[in-house]
Amino acid sequence: MKVAYWPGCVSRGFTPELHGAMAAVAPKLDIELVELDRANCCGAGVIAEHNQELVDTLNARTFALAQGVEGAAGMMNICSTCQGAQSECRERLDASSEYREAINEHLQPEGLTYRHDPDWWNKNFLWLLVEEIGLDSLRERVVRPLTGLKVAAFYGCYISRPSRRLGFDRHPERDRYLDMVIETLGATPVDYAGKHKCCGFPLITMNKETSLRQAGRHIADALDADADCMVTPCPLCHLNLDLQQPDAAKRVERDLGLPVLHFPQLVGLALGISPKELGMNKHVVKTDEVQRVVAGVAAAA
Amino acid sequence: MPEYTLKIRRFDPESGRAAYWESFQVELPPERSVLDGVLQARDTQDGSLSIRCSCQAAICGSCAVRINGRTGLACNTKIGEAFERAKSFGHDEIVVEPMGNMPVIKDLIVDMDAVHWKKVKRVVPWLLPAGDPPEREYVVPPESMIDVTQTMACIHCGACVGACLSLEVDPEFIGPAALAKAYRFVGDPRDAATEDRLRDLAEDPHGLYDCTHCFACVEVCPKGVAPMDQIMRLRRRATADYGIKDRNNGYGHEKAFVDLIERYGTLHEAQLLPRSYGQGSLIRSQIDPSSLKQLASSLPTVINGLKSGKVSPKAALWHHKLPDQKHVRRIYKEIHSKDERLELNLYIVGESGGETEGAMAEGSQES
Ligand code: SF4
Ligand code: SF4
Ligand code: FES
Repeated sequence: MKVAYWPGCVSRGFTPELHGAMAAVAPKLDIELVELDRANCCGAGVIAEHNQELVDTLNARTFALAQGVEGAAGMMNICSTCQGAQSECRERLDASSEYREAINEHLQPEGLTYRHDPDWWNKNFLWLLVEEIGLDSLRERVVRPLTGLKVAAFYGCYISRPSRRLGFDRHPERDRYLDMVIETLGATPVDYAGKHKCCGFPLITMNKETSLRQAGRHIADALDADADCMVTPCPLCHLNLDLQQPDAAKRVERDLGLPVLHFPQLVGLALGISPKELGMNKHVVKTDEVQRVVAGVAAAA
Repeated sequence: MPEYTLKIRRFDPESGRAAYWESFQVELPPERSVLDGVLQARDTQDGSLSIRCSCQAAICGSCAVRINGRTGLACNTKIGEAFERAKSFGHDEIVVEPMGNMPVIKDLIVDMDAVHWKKVKRVVPWLLPAGDPPEREYVVPPESMIDVTQTMACIHCGACVGACLSLEVDPEFIGPAALAKAYRFVGDPRDAATEDRLRDLAEDPHGLYDCTHCFACVEVCPKGVAPMDQIMRLRRRATADYGIKDRNNGYGHEKAFVDLIERYGTLHEAQLLPRSYGQGSLIRSQIDPSSLKQLASSLPTVINGLKSGKVSPKAALWHHKLPDQKHVRRIYKEIHSKDERLELNLYIVGESGGETEGAMAEGSQES
């Protein structure tokens, strides 16, 4: 399947291991990624806070570029925040033709237009994997089942709420996809309180205490539920849960040390890609324990 | 008639016993409400079972509880649908608990005075007009009030307060309902204290910039108030219209982010932090004592990033521009040079999901 691919800013900045992992996983799933290298930042909620017309225009521009990719089935992103921020703009663009025309005027000088087309989609890799590729097809491709690995799913707010804007009426199980994939890969999903809560990242520069207490609490809950690692489809969540984990531990006054995987990394492990190629050595919280469990399974098999 | 099991969280402070779960069987048609189920259990099985309710029609805002983990009005939630949802999680009981973030008084009743109403009072929820009131009523053009109708729909049920994820870790956060109420007056053309209100909320460490943007309030509100959207409007007013440079970096963070995208097209993360601490300016962040202190406190994190190999020194210092960055800049210029902000409020025009002709509302706000 060919898709117009929006990797987002963070996967090419502070979480380069995510960009690399996706590039390694795609061919194993027969996904052809056409990277949108002219597209711009989704605004991550901040430009929306500043000016709605600006953020809607910037994302309409990205959509228009994606719609121009010949033969693409749709557009794919690898960031919960991109998903939510872009879905929000698209909801407004699709609600009124008059508004859409006003926004499209800004794109004219570049020869671009966002087309209203209910069949055109923009999906996070998680949604694409379950809905377009399918769990059965994924199961067939698993060469290294993650047996014995206990994984705590962490979705990110932007891909969970508001459910109506995010298409839950048509896909009511979108808030369970991570657990479904974890099971399909042979690992064990862990139940804990924080699954659909907030990592705190949007507050990291404005209120570190509120921000990191959230991250710390969810990690602690996952540890108490006996998780070996956490997995998230959002690189911003990853920044707060992994990069900031040592500081978060101080705010909740306990030792943490839970590895946090990017979603494509977890999939890649089960598809037989080496941890190194998946960038698993580039985490702040070491992933050795996860690698050991996975390697142990492979050795025993 | 279908039978349902309600698994209810019980608590009676006078009994001296800790909170516990109790299950009740009720019999009623699926289209009746969870509230009807709780009341039937009370009337037929245990008269001491307590829930607050009055209108039973989603108007009075008394009956908000948590049903299968989701906060909402008990009178507005069909018992058949609640059962289907429980079943989809593999449960055969409908779980009913008191809302979060507020102390429980008894069973499903929480202390709204101690949290919700206290916070609402905090935002001065009444009009502060300039000068003496007119002899007769205030006259305002109807269009100028459209902007605040969404916040006026609030029935003070507290569902958003009970679900708020910032409140969960910071009980002092002013919270969604009260901040939405604040916008009701900030957006009111008759109010004369707009700037003072905004400054007060922006400077409060538990105010405007303590919302973690989690959408929980948007998700649970039974009246479409979308408190988070109102908080974002308050921020927009505070930064764009009044240029309020708060001590929480709210202004700096927004300015830094917006400016970096204008410059590079994608986010140059390494500059976001120092610029945010320096009210948007890279120079200021290097010389201003308070921003230097904040930067220093982030150093361990930066070092961890460099050590792990995820942040390369090159990524920290250099950021590439998009090939067509001139178009992003042009878009910025076109939009920033407008006198009015163009906004489409789906609460007002309706979320048809399809085509709504003539639905656009020119923002009533100056930019
Ligand atoms: S979006 Fe903000 S106000 Fe609303 S629930 Fe989340 S933290 Fe609370
Ligand atoms: S904003 Fe909505 S959820 Fe919050 S108190 Fe008002 S009506 Fe209830
Ligand atoms: S009883 Fe009045 S809102 Fe539910």
